[in-house]
Amino acid sequence: MSVLVFADSSEGKFKKSAFEVVSYGKKVAEQLGTTVAVITINASDVSELYTYGAEKVLTVSNEQLKTFNAKGYTSVLQQAATAENASIVVLDSSINVLHVAPMLAVAMNAGYASNVVALPSEVAPFTIKRKAFSNKGFSNTVMNTENKIIGVAKNSYGVHENPVSGTSESFDVSISESDFGVTSEKVEKASGKVTIADADSVVSAGRGLKGPENWGMIEELAEVLGAATACSKPVSDLGWRPHGEHVGQTGKPVASNLYIAIGISGAIQHLAGINASKVKVVINTDPEAPFFKAADYGIVGDAFEVVPALIEKLKAFKAA
Amino acid sequence: MKILVCISHVPDTTSKINFTENDTQFDTNGVQFVINPYDEFSLTRAMWFKEKQGASVTVVNVGNATTEPTLRKALAIGADAAIRVNAAATDGLFVAKQLAEVVKNGEYDLVLTGRESIDYNGGMVPGMLASLVDFNFVNGCVGIEVDGTEVSLVREIDGGNETHASTLPMVVAGQKGIVEESDLRIPNMRGIMMARKKPLTVVEPLEIENATAAQSYEKPAPKGAVKLIDADNIDALIDLLHNEAKVI
Repeated sequence: MSVLVFADSSEGKFKKSAFEVVSYGKKVAEQLGTTVAVITINASDVSELYTYGAEKVLTVSNEQLKTFNAKGYTSVLQQAATAENASIVVLDSSINVLHVAPMLAVAMNAGYASNVVALPSEVAPFTIKRKAFSNKGFSNTVMNTENKIIGVAKNSYGVHENPVSGTSESFDVSISESDFGVTSEKVEKASGKVTIADADSVVSAGRGLKGPENWGMIEELAEVLGAATACSKPVSDLGWRPHGEHVGQTGKPVASNLYIAIGISGAIQHLAGINASKVKVVINTDPEAPFFKAADYGIVGDAFEVVPALIEKLKAFKAA
Repeated sequence: MKILVCISHVPDTTSKINFTENDTQFDTNGVQFVINPYDEFSLTRAMWFKEKQGASVTVVNVGNATTEPTLRKALAIGADAAIRVNAAATDGLFVAKQLAEVVKNGEYDLVLTGRESIDYNGGMVPGMLASLVDFNFVNGCVGIEVDGTEVSLVREIDGGNETHASTLPMVVAGQKGIVEESDLRIPNMRGIMMARKKPLTVVEPLEIENATAAQSYEKPAPKGAVKLIDADNIDALIDLLHNEAKVI
């Protein structure tokens, strides 16, 4: 019995969430007194993973999987779990991995816990803490099955260095034609923009901005911070900003280190989607806006004055 | 085309979440239950297929009798028939296996679900169901067209969209974008009257062990008070973010 971690990569490169799940998997293996193996698909340099405790790295290099394919990825992970005799698989919470995890659970006849925020509190019975009720609660869940899949919530456990002298070996997989029942026709991605999923900081704005023509300063603030831009649900419903920017209960979840909300009142649905963020800053003219109860730092003021001043001061701060 | 829409019965998005019985149960006291918002987007798309392409639409829920008003609401919106699998939905794999049985018995071409439920947020039932019945699967769908058995889909990815081609039978998990917010329907009086006469079949569940079980619940730790910074003193905010919060 061992622990298998999937370190997902994008265009050959690992994201922070890959290091987070490797850190997590290494610790779970220690709790269980077993070893950890990490599987990668078309990653270019896996040596970074050793820093976080990857004792053994399996590398898959496969032309057919250059573009994400859920069934193909599921098959690779299942084959790796079998080869490593792994009964626990640790995954991150990226959009692609969330697609794969439930399929892998069926393939391995495993229980699956998603949105897990901490190491197992006990290993017998195997008990984990996961987010539920759209961030308004946590559930301590016991996993009864022999095989278990743990989906770690982004930016919840954190990245922990645990250097080992790891080794890597190439892992041969067989992918069948039947794995390609869903094919990728076209990928449209804004290039060079920080995505909400990967961003350490997110700058989000709401109806308080009065119209889409006023987003220039939001984008500028985001640029200064290296942040992604986001918006509230009404703003996306009004068509001021694209759907992909809508964060909140029925939009994208945010779990960044810094979340700045500008002209967003803080409806309960909005807060549910963003309160996994570590530090929240609110800028709003209305001191009674519910967001002030959920935020760490607040400025009562007009966004049209505060945001330009903040941009200017941040530029000076960054330059210093 | 026979469409099955899987419906979760969840607390309304504005609900305050509390726990009872020594934090082992969700407190339903005073909570309004609704069709899971993600499922409602998919149900609305199913209505479009019914009206434009002559599809039949059945809705299904795994739950006890208290979920029937939610199924009736789906019927009032326009679904033709409803099925309730008579079991408490407490584990994703359990629910997926119950739904798989319904899918196998009903010979559905397209199963539409939401991306996740807003109560337990597992996000696992659609993918599990697809694997159990061996249907093609697309998650996080923001656009779907069906022509015969050919299906064209758009899925949201980090920072953009991906277009897929696939074939029926399929399981598709939708979210906002599969229809717009403004397309959502409020049942009218005629719909509500008609829903009373539509069939709601109760089926008994397969006997399966739960793969996971919630032992207890916790609420997030209470938050400290917000630190207010004067609008004329942006330097103080930058100082706090840098030295105290350490996020810039």
